[in-house]
Amino acid sequence: MSYLEHHSKTIPQGAKKLLYVHWPLVLLVTTVAVIGFLMLYSVAGGSFQPWAGPQMQRFGLGFAVMFVFAMVPIWFWRNISALAFGVSLLLLIAVEVMGQVGMGAQRWIDIGPLRLQPSELAKIGVVMALAAYFDWLPNQRLSHPFAILGALIIIALPAGLTFIQPDLGTALLIVIVGAIVIFVAGVHWAYFAAVFAIGAGAIAAVFQSRGTPWQLLKDYQYRRIDTFLDPSSDPLGAGYHITQSKIALGSGGWTGRGFMQGTQSRLNFLPEKHTDFIFTTLAEEFGFIGAGALLLIYTLIIVFCIVAALRAKDRYASLLIFGLSANFFLYFAVNMAMVMGLAPVVGVPLPLVSYGGSAMLVLLAGFGLIQSAHIHRPR
Amino acid sequence: MSLRRDPKKEPASKIPRRAVLIGALQLAAIGALASRMRFLQVEEAGTYRLLAEENRINMRVIPPTRGRIFDRNGIALALNEQSYRLTLVPEDAGDAEHVLRQLQKLVSIEDDDIERVLNEARRSAPFLPITIADRISWSDVSKVAVNAPALPGVTPQVGQSRIYPAGPVAAHVAGYVGPVSQRDLDRLDSPDPVLRIPRFQVGKIGVEAQMETTLRGQAGSRRVEVNATGRVMRELERREGTPGVDLQLTLDAGLQNYILARLGDESASAVVMDIASGDLLAIASSPSFDPNKFVRGISSADYSVLRDDIRRPLATKTVQDAYPPGSTFKMVTALAALQEGLVTPDDEVYCPGHMDVSGRKFHCWRRGGHGRMNFTKALRESCDVYFYDIALRVGIDKINQIGRSLGLGQRFDLPMSAISGGLMPDRDWKQSARGRPWVVGDTVNASIGQGYVLASPLQLAVMTARLASGRAIAPRLIKSEDGRERGVVPPAPLPIDPDHLMLVREAMGAVCNDRRGTAYGSRIIDAQARMAGKTGTSQVRNISASERAEGVRRNDDLPWEKRDHALFVNFAPIENPKIAVCVVVEHGGGGSSAAAPIARDITLQALYGGPPPLSAYPAKDRAKIDEQQNRLRALQFQLRGDGVGRV
Repeated sequence: MSYLEHHSKTIPQGAKKLLYVHWPLVLLVTTVAVIGFLMLYSVAGGSFQPWAGPQMQRFGLGFAVMFVFAMVPIWFWRNISALAFGVSLLLLIAVEVMGQVGMGAQRWIDIGPLRLQPSELAKIGVVMALAAYFDWLPNQRLSHPFAILGALIIIALPAGLTFIQPDLGTALLIVIVGAIVIFVAGVHWAYFAAVFAIGAGAIAAVFQSRGTPWQLLKDYQYRRIDTFLDPSSDPLGAGYHITQSKIALGSGGWTGRGFMQGTQSRLNFLPEKHTDFIFTTLAEEFGFIGAGALLLIYTLIIVFCIVAALRAKDRYASLLIFGLSANFFLYFAVNMAMVMGLAPVVGVPLPLVSYGGSAMLVLLAGFGLIQSAHIHRPR
Repeated sequence: MSLRRDPKKEPASKIPRRAVLIGALQLAAIGALASRMRFLQVEEAGTYRLLAEENRINMRVIPPTRGRIFDRNGIALALNEQSYRLTLVPEDAGDAEHVLRQLQKLVSIEDDDIERVLNEARRSAPFLPITIADRISWSDVSKVAVNAPALPGVTPQVGQSRIYPAGPVAAHVAGYVGPVSQRDLDRLDSPDPVLRIPRFQVGKIGVEAQMETTLRGQAGSRRVEVNATGRVMRELERREGTPGVDLQLTLDAGLQNYILARLGDESASAVVMDIASGDLLAIASSPSFDPNKFVRGISSADYSVLRDDIRRPLATKTVQDAYPPGSTFKMVTALAALQEGLVTPDDEVYCPGHMDVSGRKFHCWRRGGHGRMNFTKALRESCDVYFYDIALRVGIDKINQIGRSLGLGQRFDLPMSAISGGLMPDRDWKQSARGRPWVVGDTVNASIGQGYVLASPLQLAVMTARLASGRAIAPRLIKSEDGRERGVVPPAPLPIDPDHLMLVREAMGAVCNDRRGTAYGSRIIDAQARMAGKTGTSQVRNISASERAEGVRRNDDLPWEKRDHALFVNFAPIENPKIAVCVVVEHGGGGSSAAAPIARDITLQALYGGPPPLSAYPAKDRAKIDEQQNRLRALQFQLRGDGVGRV
């Protein structure tokens, strides 16, 4: 008998569950998606093809998935956490094998009309596995080195598989999300202090070694770092994307050029205008007000999630909501930082806005889990 | 999986604290994003909006249509023709050399061109088009279009190119255009942006160069929206330019055509001027060249042939070359002496064949001497000693003054290249230019148009027109601009006594029509077209005393470049002068034998507006003239006078 089952009488049942759905969160998520449709419509020059239409269909599908996931009791998800993690690992391995058998680097698996990126799934798998792991661990053994080792393995397996795809950006995000869950679970802060110290030392070593016979990175990797730190040094080469994206953003001004009036993003100055750089279109067409509004909605989503996590009475639910919302946060924060020239150009989409099926589906599934944890809370 | 759970277990107390910490960190990060957004979109908005405009808007210059050039009768001298050219964008081509080799299989392209394109491609930005071949045929264009997939980066482009339908006829006058050179750009203070268009052509010589701004017009512009690859997405604004203005020259292309044929292979020039208006009906320099070759980009082999030809086809001899005018200058000396009252027409001078001046012996062209000479006889028979004598009496200052009033030593403002001012020397000029004082021997030399005196064929024609009319006529070459006739200011009378001018004209008439005249052999017997003129033979070498002792060598025995220049100036008809003519045949020998017959033919052709009847010629010449007319008809260039180009 768990705490949840113990209090099962106060948990909503049947159709009553619909009353306990976190409707404000649903509304915010839908709003973000609608903003995405508008942007994709604009980027295509005022057409539902080729992006806005398919995106709406995927959102419809994802929305249904979210509600199905929400209605399933949270303890079911907790019980299959390890299984979900295992499946996501298998898919990562499968992609690796298929990629080698097939041609070149492959990051996705075709499932019918859907293209699934296992690394997206792995993020949720890691959060679920870690939440279940720390739910299972007794409080007094949380900071035991073996307990930490287990958590590290849960993170390292998918991160490592993603890294060799190669997709450094996503691998790093998996590590960071995992670290956040471990931190929130209450592992002794000394571990984190040690990791920070080692990390800082490693970065220093990388930079110190430059130009010496024992330099740690290849020359082109250093040049990428240089370009990130000063994009204007190579305006037509690697710094091009950042410079163009800043121009698009900055030219939006306070109120923007107006819907469908953006020139920078629509005129192909920007790469990936419908995926990773779609934020520039929003910022250019709706200005600081529009971009700020999206950031505000994202912030509200995060705040609602944190509140939901704090109000959850169950360790698993709490860690799951927290981990998933941190994942969501990292998506938009890294994407925005990238287009605003604060982070290197890594392939991270703007959540629920960027064109892309598997990210949309996985994100909505994640919100389904969050809703499930929220609904199946003893009241 | 067995998960042990404690039913009483409350959520770990550490969760809220650390969750709040992480949440706070997240909010801090969001705050940082928001402030960055504010910085970019609010504070730096102006900067980025400017950058965005530059990104988006591109100014394209629309080259104006160049004005056309016609002759006085509407015969086209310079037109624009639609032409096709092939360009290569190296960026799109990938392996440029491979693409060019593929192209070579379809269209005839020289290996040199491929080399040139590859060189240019290495130097210029990869997205700038490079011209592979200009003026290609329509069939070549379609071949390239059909094979476009195999020829990435190669595109045919439509443009306008200059064509000179009159070919060599007006080459020196109309000139030609060529690509803008760095020198052209340096010459201008603020070059028109249109000049920066690759392969844009500007006038290089002649009217094309001198009337460049009129002919060029104003460039239009269009503002286009481009994407990052430079592809034009749409046109935002179009400002049409002003096309260049059509020009009509005073030139009579038919007459000029005849003259060039008549001058033939001689290194010669001829000017025909309308006495009433100063219109230059013909201003021909022989041999000529095909200006179309220059527009297309002349090959270095062709160019060196033109450059190294000793007959100098590229020189505009009519205006840029100044020759010692020889005996054609004697009218100036004569007028100066008459003006000063130092000579009367009946005063006689004895010519023994030479004259001693301050210890130097000055010879007459006739070694045996002319005997007793008066004014008319001296001019008619071109006695040198008579003019030595009167020049010594009148002095260089007066001769210079008369020469200047007749247009010598004066640079006429015509839209032609490298116009020479000639040289009408005086004491000051010699002191400053040669650093030595003027001596009396200089005056003696100048009196017969030798020594320092230099005049261009144009100046001699102007001089003759002024003698014939008594007015200070100036030459003009532009008849109308954009269909509007340029006004002619009635020229002022010359500061010369009309009676003296009449005396000179009569003497010139005797040169051509008196049995003893030096140009009697080239007389016109048609009473309505009789001419008055003066022969001239100018030395291009010094005859040393020792050579003279052995006997002066005949021209025919000398190498071509050492022979005398033959000159002839005339006006016609005598009673009512309409045209003035000057013919200079370089190294042609004597003026009466080499230049006068040409001038007669030109005069008749001009007066009759076409081939004259044989009855205008003396009976004994008619058979020869008939044969010559037939020969020249075949030699003439086919002019495009179909009225298409009529102004």
